[in-house]
Amino acid sequence: MELFKATDIVKQFSNHRALNKVSISVPENSIFGLLGPNGAGKTTLIRIINQITAPDEGELYFGGRKMKADDIYQIGYLPEERGLYKKMKVGEQALYLAQLKGLSKNDAMKKLKYLFQKFEIIDWWNKKVEELSKGMQQKIQFITTIIHEPKLLIFDEPFSGFDPINANLLKNEILELKSKGATIIFSTHNMSSVEELCDHISLINKSEVILEGQIYDIKKTYRTNVYELSYQGDPQKLESSLGPGYELLSNKTNHHVNLASIKASGEDTDNRLLKELIKHVTVVSFNELIPSMNDVFIRVVEETNKKNQVA
Amino acid sequence: MKKIFLIIQREYLSRVRKKSFLVMTILGPLLFAAFMVVPAWLATMEDTDVKTIAVADSTNIFYKALPETEYIKFAYPEGVSLKELQQNFSQSGYSAILFIPHNILASNASILYSDKQPSMSVSMHIKNSLEKEIERQKLKANNIENLDEILKSVKTDINLRNIIWGDDGKEKESNTGLAMGIGYGSGMLVYFFIFLFGAQVMRGVIEEKTSRIVEVIVSSVRPFQLMMGKIIGIGLVGLTQFVLWVLLTIVFIGGVQKVVFPEMSKTPTEQALSQDVMSGQQVDESAIKYTEAKPQMLEEIFSSLKNVNFVLILGMFIFYFIGGFLLYASFFAIIGSAVDSEADTQQFMLPVTLPLIIAIFVMINTINNPEGQIAFWFSLIPLTSPIVMMVRIPFHPAAWEIILSAVILIITFIGSTWMAGKIYRTGILMYGKKSSYSEIWKWLRYKN
Repeated sequence: MELFKATDIVKQFSNHRALNKVSISVPENSIFGLLGPNGAGKTTLIRIINQITAPDEGELYFGGRKMKADDIYQIGYLPEERGLYKKMKVGEQALYLAQLKGLSKNDAMKKLKYLFQKFEIIDWWNKKVEELSKGMQQKIQFITTIIHEPKLLIFDEPFSGFDPINANLLKNEILELKSKGATIIFSTHNMSSVEELCDHISLINKSEVILEGQIYDIKKTYRTNVYELSYQGDPQKLESSLGPGYELLSNKTNHHVNLASIKASGEDTDNRLLKELIKHVTVVSFNELIPSMNDVFIRVVEETNKKNQVA
Repeated sequence: MKKIFLIIQREYLSRVRKKSFLVMTILGPLLFAAFMVVPAWLATMEDTDVKTIAVADSTNIFYKALPETEYIKFAYPEGVSLKELQQNFSQSGYSAILFIPHNILASNASILYSDKQPSMSVSMHIKNSLEKEIERQKLKANNIENLDEILKSVKTDINLRNIIWGDDGKEKESNTGLAMGIGYGSGMLVYFFIFLFGAQVMRGVIEEKTSRIVEVIVSSVRPFQLMMGKIIGIGLVGLTQFVLWVLLTIVFIGGVQKVVFPEMSKTPTEQALSQDVMSGQQVDESAIKYTEAKPQMLEEIFSSLKNVNFVLILGMFIFYFIGGFLLYASFFAIIGSAVDSEADTQQFMLPVTLPLIIAIFVMINTINNPEGQIAFWFSLIPLTSPIVMMVRIPFHPAAWEIILSAVILIITFIGSTWMAGKIYRTGILMYGKKSSYSEIWKWLRYKN
C-alpha cells in the first residue's frame, strides 16, 4: 500500500519542461530515495508534492485518495535551501513554525521542549539564530520539520552541513521515525547514505524517471557477475582450472595472498565457481562485486544521456 | 485564516518590539515637526554677518535716509565717485556698492554692485527701502502738511478672520493657512508612511528569500497568505506608529493650550469683540506690534484647529494610508520577490518611486489651487490619490470626488495585490536568475 503516488506529472516552465510524465509511488512506512543529477527536476517534483506549485498535468494521491490541500499538514519538508529568521529567538521561531504546521501553542511548546532536550539544544532556546553555528541551525530546522509528526517526511539533502557525529544522530533519528511508522522521501546525492537508508528509489534524469524499484532488485539488475577472489596457491593453476563460461579479468600475484577477479557469463554461478576453485587453491575470501548505487547512478544516467544524444 | 493571523502576529510583534520602533515613536513627531519647521526657520533666519553697503548717491537726497537693520548697514562716503569706490572695492571692506543715478525718481532704476551674489534678504531690503523712500519723496513733493502723521495714521494692517457657518448655523473659524498646513502635513505623512513601511515589506520579502526560510514557510501556508500576512502586519505597525504619534501630539497640544490659552471656550465673535479688533488698532513698526499680534495669530490658529473636521481628516488619513500602503506594498513585495539581494532592487525601484515623487510635486500645486484641474485628476489617479486627495480634504472637496477617488483606489489595490500574489509566489522560489521585466511578466502568466 502506497502512502503517496504521483501519476504522469507534467510541469512546464516557459521554455523548459521540468517534469515529463513523471510517476512515482512511495510505499507506506518506507524510505524512498528520490535521486537524480542536478537540474533533473527533483526539486520541482518535491515542490509539487508539497503543493508549493501545482502540476500542469497528472494526479497526486495521498493515503489512497486524491490529494487535498489539507494534506499539507501531514507532510514535513526539510528543503535543501533552508534557513531561519536570523534576528528571531530560537524557541520563538520554532514555536512559530510549529504553529504554522497546525499545532496549537500548548502542544507545540510541549513537543518542542521534549525534542530540544533530546537533541541537547534546550540551552539555545532564548538565543538569536544568528548566534548559532550552521550545524545547530540545521538541528532546529530538522526539529521543526518533524514537530507535527507528519505521515510523510521529505528530506532534501538532510546531511549537508552536519559533522559526522551529528549526521549519525540524524540518521538514527530518521530510522527511528520510520520505525514509528513514518514514510520518508529522501533526496540526496550521497549514494552511500541511499544504500544505507533507502528501501526504494526513483532516479530522475532530464525530467523523466529512468530507473525505479527496490534497491536490492536494482542492484541485482545491474550486477556485472564479477567476483573477487583472494587466495593462496599457484596463479597458473587458478587460470587453468577455470572452465568455460568464466573469464579471468585480472590475476595479481602477491607475497602472501593473490588477488583475482573473475567474470561469469551465466546466472547463479557463485556456488559452482566456488566449488571449482576450492579444489585448486586455498580461498581466503570470495565475494561478488555488487555495483554500488553510485555505480548504478553513473551508469544509468550516462546511458540515457547517450541515448538522448543519438535520438 | 488562522495561519494568516499567525503571520500577521509575527510580522507585527517582531517589529513593534524593536528598540528602533520605540525610538521612532518618540522622535517621530519631533522629527516631523523639525522637518516642517526647520526649512521655514532657515529661510527666515537672517545672515548674522554685518554687511555694510556703500551708497554712491548722485542725487544727494538719500543721505542717511535708508533704514538700517541689525545686519545691514549703509555708509555714505562723501566726495568719492562711483569709479573710485569700484576701484578700491576690495580694500574698502564694503560688501556692496549701491549706485543711485541722479534721475532715479524718473527712471525707477538703481544698481547694486558687488563681487559676490548678494543675499535675497539684502536685495529685498534695499529694494523696499528705496521704494519707500522714493514714495515718501514723491508724496513730499506735493507739499502736504503733517505728512508724517497722516502717513502714520493711515497705515493699516488688517487681521482678516474667516468665519463660516456650519450646517447647524454655528460659527466656525476657518483658516486657509491652517488648511494648507494640515493638507501639506497629512500629504507628507502619507508619503512617508508609504515609503517607510512599503520599503519594509520589500526588505522583509528579501530577508525571507535570502535566508531561504521562505521554502519552509510556503510548504505550510500559501505564498499569497505569507505575502498578505506580511503586508497587513507591517501596515498595522504603521498604523500603531501613527496612532501613537497622534496621541503624543494631542497630549502635547493639549498641554500647550492649557498653559497658554485658557480662554478658548468663547465663540469667535465674542473673542473679536472682546479684543476690540474693530476699533482699528494702529500698527506701527515698533516691537510692540509683534508681541501683540503673535499670540493673537496663534490663538486664531488654535481656535480654528478646534473647528477643523478632525474626524473626517483622521478617517480619510487612515483610509488613504491603508489604501496607498496596500497598493504600494504590493509593488514593493513584487520587487522583493524578484531580486536576490537589496542591491539588485535599484532597477525596479524607479517605476514605483516615480509616481510618489510626482505626487509630491502635484501636492505643492494642489496646496495653492486645491480645486484646480491638476489637483482634481491627480486625486483620482490611484497612484497619487492617497497623497493628493489628503491635501485637498481640509479644503472640503465635493463628497462624490472623495468617494470616486476611494473606490478607484480600492479597485486598484485589489488588482495590484492579486497581480503581486501571482508574481510573488514564483519569484520567491527563484534563485540566481537575473530577473528582468520580461521575466516578471512571464511569472505573472504562470499557472499556479
